[in-house]
Amino acid sequence: MTSTSKAAAIVGVAESDEIGLVPHKSALAHHAEAAHNALEDAGLTRNDVDGLLTAGYVNYDLADYLGIAPRYTDTTTVGGASFVIHVGHAVNAIANGLCEVALITHGQAGRSSRVPIPRDPNLPSAMYEMPYGMIGMPINYSMAATRYMHQYGEDRARQAMAEIAVSTRKWAQLNPKAMMRDPMTFDDYHNSRWIAWPFHLLDCCLVTDAGAAIVVTTPERARSLPKPPVWVLGHAEHHDHAGITTMPDLTSTPARVTGPAALGMAGVSHGDIDLTMIYDSFTYTVLVTLESLGYCGPGEGPDFVAGQRTAPGGDFPLNTSGGGLSYTHPGMYGIFPVVEAVRQLRAECGDRQAPDVSLSLVNGTGGALSATGTIVLGVE
Amino acid sequence: MTTDAYRGPLPVKQPESDYYWEKAQAHELWLRRCDACEQAYFYPRDFCPHCGSRDVSWVQASGRGTLHTFAIVHRAPVPAFRDHVPFVVAMVDLEEGPRIPTNLTGVEPDPAHIQVGMAVEVAFADVTDDITLPVFRPA
Repeated sequence: MTSTSKAAAIVGVAESDEIGLVPHKSALAHHAEAAHNALEDAGLTRNDVDGLLTAGYVNYDLADYLGIAPRYTDTTTVGGASFVIHVGHAVNAIANGLCEVALITHGQAGRSSRVPIPRDPNLPSAMYEMPYGMIGMPINYSMAATRYMHQYGEDRARQAMAEIAVSTRKWAQLNPKAMMRDPMTFDDYHNSRWIAWPFHLLDCCLVTDAGAAIVVTTPERARSLPKPPVWVLGHAEHHDHAGITTMPDLTSTPARVTGPAALGMAGVSHGDIDLTMIYDSFTYTVLVTLESLGYCGPGEGPDFVAGQRTAPGGDFPLNTSGGGLSYTHPGMYGIFPVVEAVRQLRAECGDRQAPDVSLSLVNGTGGALSATGTIVLGVE
Repeated sequence: MTTDAYRGPLPVKQPESDYYWEKAQAHELWLRRCDACEQAYFYPRDFCPHCGSRDVSWVQASGRGTLHTFAIVHRAPVPAFRDHVPFVVAMVDLEEGPRIPTNLTGVEPDPAHIQVGMAVEVAFADVTDDITLPVFRPA
């Protein structure tokens, strides 16, 4: 198989006009605004788009709203990992001539939606989990964190989760678009109320209204546009279970496959990465994903994140937007860490710009730690 | 939980799970087991998720197991659970091998009283006239 490393580039990224608490916008409006803004960022128009990728909608519903009739369409829906995986699918489609300008969009009125979207009750994960109250991700992920604490030490895990919550908030304080910008101390973390032990409130991501979009195109076209291309150097996808109770190992996510695969395609190693973006649905998601990606060994995550080294000024910048924990999280957050990585690679991040970012790894996680997509992005 | 007032989500039974729920109503825990690779598995379906064989049987489980993990729910995920918090969600490793979702009952909902690895045994909660949920308590 021919490698698709650097077969396409990201040329536009954006959020919807307003993110956070936006009761006057529908989910589709967030898609449309983000698409418009990302195309503008790329120097392209809606008429250039011939590939459409999204999750959470049947594609023709979204395309109809946007007024787009694509010749390449992809509705891969594996929770919040989907949009990271879509980047790889867009690269594959472009490399094979199936489209030239691929638009990936996301939008959710996670906080303000007028009708909640139910889980399909016919599915086994719903039939055997929901009657016990295993409903919603805080409860699912908290059971995984308890197992981690049992294997590697409750105090070590707790300290790591606190480090991640506090350092992520510090980044959010530097991002004008972040919803939670008040300072957070370690005491604030430890004193926040229980949602589902072992998760405090401050272990859990926000619930917001937001959209974002990404534009991917051919190398030739990317070089003709005003902003520097952000090359997709590596991409990989994997899932190994659905509900949390069928997860093979609660302390290892599918990132153990996608991390090494994406880095391998890019021909780089962990130490080469200048900026790491990890979907932080919960503090535990970050802890277990760092280990699964291979930045450190099983149970070594607490040492890896100790001493606020993932905070502004630290030597391992992580989730510089403020993440799902403090910036925004409409439900399937995975597109937002890609947007931030692209902006960091273009050095557009102002006060929160991390130093010398030329390589970034982005990992999205979907479902109950069920699916991951990992991409490696770079600028020349 | 009382039969009259139960408002929690109920399993939407499927053809491949009817037998499991019928046996639960009789206060028995039954598993699917593969005749080819001889592994029991959960959840029930008519082929083995380990080896792919369609040569599978039903077997009764002992009801004994160990606590694989748990969490203590303080914020009710849906209104139906508001009167029940805090309660314990758990996964149990059954003696026969499979891991199953459940609630841990008969114990204080406090991490000081619950240990991963503790021995547990099945009990049965008759939540409606039609549905009995297998739950677990300290053995």
